[in-house]
Amino acid sequence: MNLRFEKVTMRYGQQCALDDFSLSIDDARCIALIGPSGGGKSTTLRLLAGLETPSSGSIQINGTEIGSSEPERLAYRKRTGVVFQAFNLFPHFDALTNVALPLEKVHGYSHSASIEKAETILEQFQLSEHRFKKPAELSGGQNQRVAIARALAPDPDTIFLDEPTSALDPEMTAEVLDAIERLIDAKKDLVIATHQMGFAKHAANQIALIAEGKLVETGPAAQVIENPQSPRTQKFLSACLSF
Amino acid sequence: MTPRSLFFDSESASKPPSALARAASFAIALLALSLCLFAAFYVLQYEWNWSSVFRYKAKFLKGWLATLGISSISLIFSFLVGAIATLCYRSRFLPLKYLANIYVELIRGTPLLVQIYIFFYVIANAADIQNRYLVGICIMAIFSGAYISEILRAGIEGVGRSQLLSAKAIGFSEYQTFRYVIAPQALRSSLPALAGQTANLIKDSSLLSIIAISEFTLNAQEVNAFTYSSFESFFPLAIGYLALTLPIMRLSRILEKRLRFET
Ligand SMILES: Nc1ncnc2c1ncn2[C@@H]1O[C@H](COP(=O)(O)OP(=O)(O)OP(=O)(O)O)[C@@H](O)[C@H]1O
Ligand SMILES: [Mg+2]
Repeated sequence: MNLRFEKVTMRYGQQCALDDFSLSIDDARCIALIGPSGGGKSTTLRLLAGLETPSSGSIQINGTEIGSSEPERLAYRKRTGVVFQAFNLFPHFDALTNVALPLEKVHGYSHSASIEKAETILEQFQLSEHRFKKPAELSGGQNQRVAIARALAPDPDTIFLDEPTSALDPEMTAEVLDAIERLIDAKKDLVIATHQMGFAKHAANQIALIAEGKLVETGPAAQVIENPQSPRTQKFLSACLSF
Repeated sequence: MTPRSLFFDSESASKPPSALARAASFAIALLALSLCLFAAFYVLQYEWNWSSVFRYKAKFLKGWLATLGISSISLIFSFLVGAIATLCYRSRFLPLKYLANIYVELIRGTPLLVQIYIFFYVIANAADIQNRYLVGICIMAIFSGAYISEILRAGIEGVGRSQLLSAKAIGFSEYQTFRYVIAPQALRSSLPALAGQTANLIKDSSLLSIIAISEFTLNAQEVNAFTYSSFESFFPLAIGYLALTLPIMRLSRILEKRLRFET
């Protein structure tokens, strides 16, 4: 996957979430976005997923501009999967419907095929017994897994994950990270915002550190983590490692 | 059981007052109100004349049924009007949006009485609508529709930004987002207010009596006139309305509670 952000600025009212942000990454399977809270990781992912349009600047993925017209962006979004930091499941549907509905309504599955596929993937995430529960009746970690299942079910080429292990216990974290590694093996392209430095170093090809709406440092994962150039990166990493 | 536990709610929400405590306290509250009413009439030295009013019970029933009918039909149409106004308000075609906006503001900003007069003497005349009941239903549907539109609009705007992002990310079209995400959530959160508005519609329809629509209130006024009494028929009138509105308000409460538990 190739990514290119050219002078991207994203403003929410007064708040500037990304400020003249430029980033260029080539030939990566898995890109990890790291950085302090409020730095702009989620904003970067939302822009990459075609959910929002930047206030200015241009974003290219694999050499093509993320659609400027809404139909183009809709077509793009159908080919990508997103796991949100806050899960964003639909509270009025149970877990099974949350996963099955997009299959049926967006990806052309028949109703029974969508249910079957959703049940299979929920099974993989050990959620079978919880499939008829609504998000309010599920634990944070269970919700997070449903959200991952929902994003993976349509078999997208590119997947954007926003801190997909933030609500999981260590065992579950290991399992979800395993699942993510299998996605990499299955030749999916991933962009993942994470605070798991170990995972970022081990699984990602490229790391970008974003702070205060700017790109601080980018490069091969091992290099950024073991031999950071910028003082800001050094400070961030030493804070990560000290606990 | 101490006297205290009979009349005071316990501090912990998990221990609701006993049925006996609730019944006793309710009776006391009702008794106190009745005493006030009695005292007021005692001061007036009013001569009650129930028997002559009682003879007109069939007329009361007829009026009550008319109000029930007018309200029910108006309710259906006001939901239609309200839903259409809400859709117009959300339209990207600006004239339509403003049309919906002006409609809602005009109706909510003027008294129903004024609307009834204008609709009856101007619009119904111009459109040559002969049937008074039809006029009444139109007025109530237009009036209540504005409030329903406002309730639905608030419900729609209450659907969180994260839900819309989620729908987008899944690849839902705008229509699918509305159909599967916005509408069910908005409707659910609007239900208590919609039930309340239904009760309002029933009460507000009493004003239709001023254009001689023979509903509950007009019939009660006629009984008062026939029997030369002044108050008697207002009591059955109040009770008749309460018989309709109390269950609806109760339903509204239940819906509210259920929604609170769900989120
Ligand atoms: N919808 C919004 N409205 C206003 N401000 C926003 C909005 N979304 C993000 N921001 C602001 O943009 C900045 C970047 O936010 P973002 O969510 O991208 O950070 P983040 O790096 O993902 O942080 P975290 O690690 O805590 O998730 C923050 O200062 C935030 O307050
Ligand atoms: Mg974030």
